[in-house]
Amino acid sequence: MPGTETKHTVRDVNVRMMRGGSGPPLLFLHGANGLPVWLPFFDLLSKHFEVFVPEHPGFGTSDNPRWLRNIGDLAMYYLDFIDGFGSQPIHLVGQSLGGWAAAEVAVRNCSRLKSLTLLGPAGIRIKGLPSGDNFIWDQEESIRNLYHNQAIADQVLGMPISDEQADIMLTNRFATAKLGWEPRWYNPSLERWLHRISVPTLIVWGKDDKLFPSAYAARWGELIPGSRVEIIPECGHVPAVEKPDITAKEIVRLYAGTR
Amino acid sequence: MQFTFFHLMPYRPLDMVERHKHRAGWVVLPNTLYDPVKGAEEYQSYIDQLVYAEKLGFDVIAVNEHHQTAYGLMPAPNLIAANLIARTTKAKIAIIGRALPLVNNPMNIAEEFAMLDNLSKGRIITGFVRGIGNEYHATGINPFYSHERYHEAHDLIVQAWTKPGPFSFEGEHYNFRYVNLWPRPYQSPHPPIWIPSMGSSETVKWAAAPERKYPFLVTFSSRELVARYLNVYRDQAKAYGYEASPDQLGWASPVYVADTDERARKEAKEGVETLFNDFLAVPFQMLLPPGYMSLESMKNTMRMRKALGARKRLTFEELAESGTVVVGSPKTVRDQLSRLRDETRAHKLITMLQFGTLPDDLTRRNMEMFASEVMPHLKN
Repeated sequence: MPGTETKHTVRDVNVRMMRGGSGPPLLFLHGANGLPVWLPFFDLLSKHFEVFVPEHPGFGTSDNPRWLRNIGDLAMYYLDFIDGFGSQPIHLVGQSLGGWAAAEVAVRNCSRLKSLTLLGPAGIRIKGLPSGDNFIWDQEESIRNLYHNQAIADQVLGMPISDEQADIMLTNRFATAKLGWEPRWYNPSLERWLHRISVPTLIVWGKDDKLFPSAYAARWGELIPGSRVEIIPECGHVPAVEKPDITAKEIVRLYAGTR
Repeated sequence: MQFTFFHLMPYRPLDMVERHKHRAGWVVLPNTLYDPVKGAEEYQSYIDQLVYAEKLGFDVIAVNEHHQTAYGLMPAPNLIAANLIARTTKAKIAIIGRALPLVNNPMNIAEEFAMLDNLSKGRIITGFVRGIGNEYHATGINPFYSHERYHEAHDLIVQAWTKPGPFSFEGEHYNFRYVNLWPRPYQSPHPPIWIPSMGSSETVKWAAAPERKYPFLVTFSSRELVARYLNVYRDQAKAYGYEASPDQLGWASPVYVADTDERARKEAKEGVETLFNDFLAVPFQMLLPPGYMSLESMKNTMRMRKALGARKRLTFEELAESGTVVVGSPKTVRDQLSRLRDETRAHKLITMLQFGTLPDDLTRRNMEMFASEVMPHLKN
């Protein structure tokens, strides 16, 4: 069942949002490529949760407030956003850039979170294990390097791109550079504060992630007390797209543990 | 006209087969392809050419800044300028330019230019640029903040040159409790600032503002685009309520003169084609990182690019045809340059008389012929 598209306003910022399903609220924070469509992965989650998928400020057709200048600003925005759920705790899930934002939210305030899931998150740096240089890759490389299964890449590359979609991709690329260009894909302070995350946490990584090597997963596991690490074989940087069943199942398993 | 002899200092001994095993002649081109023994000879030849240009009567000799590339061997152009100061007496020395956003302390740029201005007793011309997109990959500086950093660094440098110190500077990217330049620049109020540009409308608007009136130099563009961009500048000046003086307008172009058209074209071909295809060309993702251009300009550029299709090697013939390079007999070159001068009323001509792999002997003959057969006819 496809999600419904709405607008959502937090303070004076208006963003595009998709939502669907019923159950406890789950907030999904998307990655650098933005929020093109309601994914099969969201359908799987919506059997257990009410899923909220906002498009970050600065991305796509959401507002682009001038004050949003770094990942910390995005995290503070989502703390305001989460306040909107009232006293109901939420399950927070973030992919890549969105995983980084989710971790930045969690180190600031965990009291409104029921669980945290990070899917191939950016945010920390291990010396000697650099991220792939997605800003230098051409369009085809960028897509191929996201997936283990090149049939998915072929399918994406085969789709025509309208001018409107091209503009949105460019907007997302600008927003991504703003947040992730320098220092490249990490906040030097973040890893010092990950011990403050006190909710059940799941770290999911594609074994064949060409953007952030899967060796990062173990480091995240060490830094977040009591967290569980799942490495998915034959999977690239986007487990939610490439292995939606396993990824959703792991999130539901984490949820079951919190009840 | 005012004539500038400009040098990029390319690394000519580059192995072009190896070069094309990499996505660009920039940033990712392994520096094992640079041979210091050959490179040192290149520096010597090029500095000799710049010094020779003064003897031949050029008004200005000029260098610029590029990083991690065989395209230009001057990551620190002020070092070359210092050398030129010691070896020349009357030519102006232009550093066009330094890439302001790429540094974390623009005070260093203000200080170095002020030192050069003192050392040369006021012969320095400065240029303020943002660097090519590639250089945001080379330095790690976030291109999203390129424009902001440029404007802030510009304000800081000009204030450091003109406002009595110490004072404090409070910016978004640059903050200094003490701005107090020792030495102050030799020229008053400060050395000239030229703005080389590919013609972005944002830059025109900013450079032409009455409080700046910075000379605007269109680089690497066809005859048609040079004329169009200089007209945009002139119109912008009118919109600000003044008439742009010819001194505010200029363009930069590779130029090659020989006794006949045929000979000139034959001798210039390889240098021109290597300049554009082997040294300068880079993939789109490197040339225009996100934020280097405004989002609106970038959207338009992407659409034009989609319409143009795949990039191919530029040929000498099409570059000559469009007037991006000016090549021919003295008469041909005089005619082409004077036509564009008359059309644009631009007073500044930035010549690149060495380009790509063009060897020393041809470069010198080109310089001599340009100085004797072309320059006098265009002087006034």
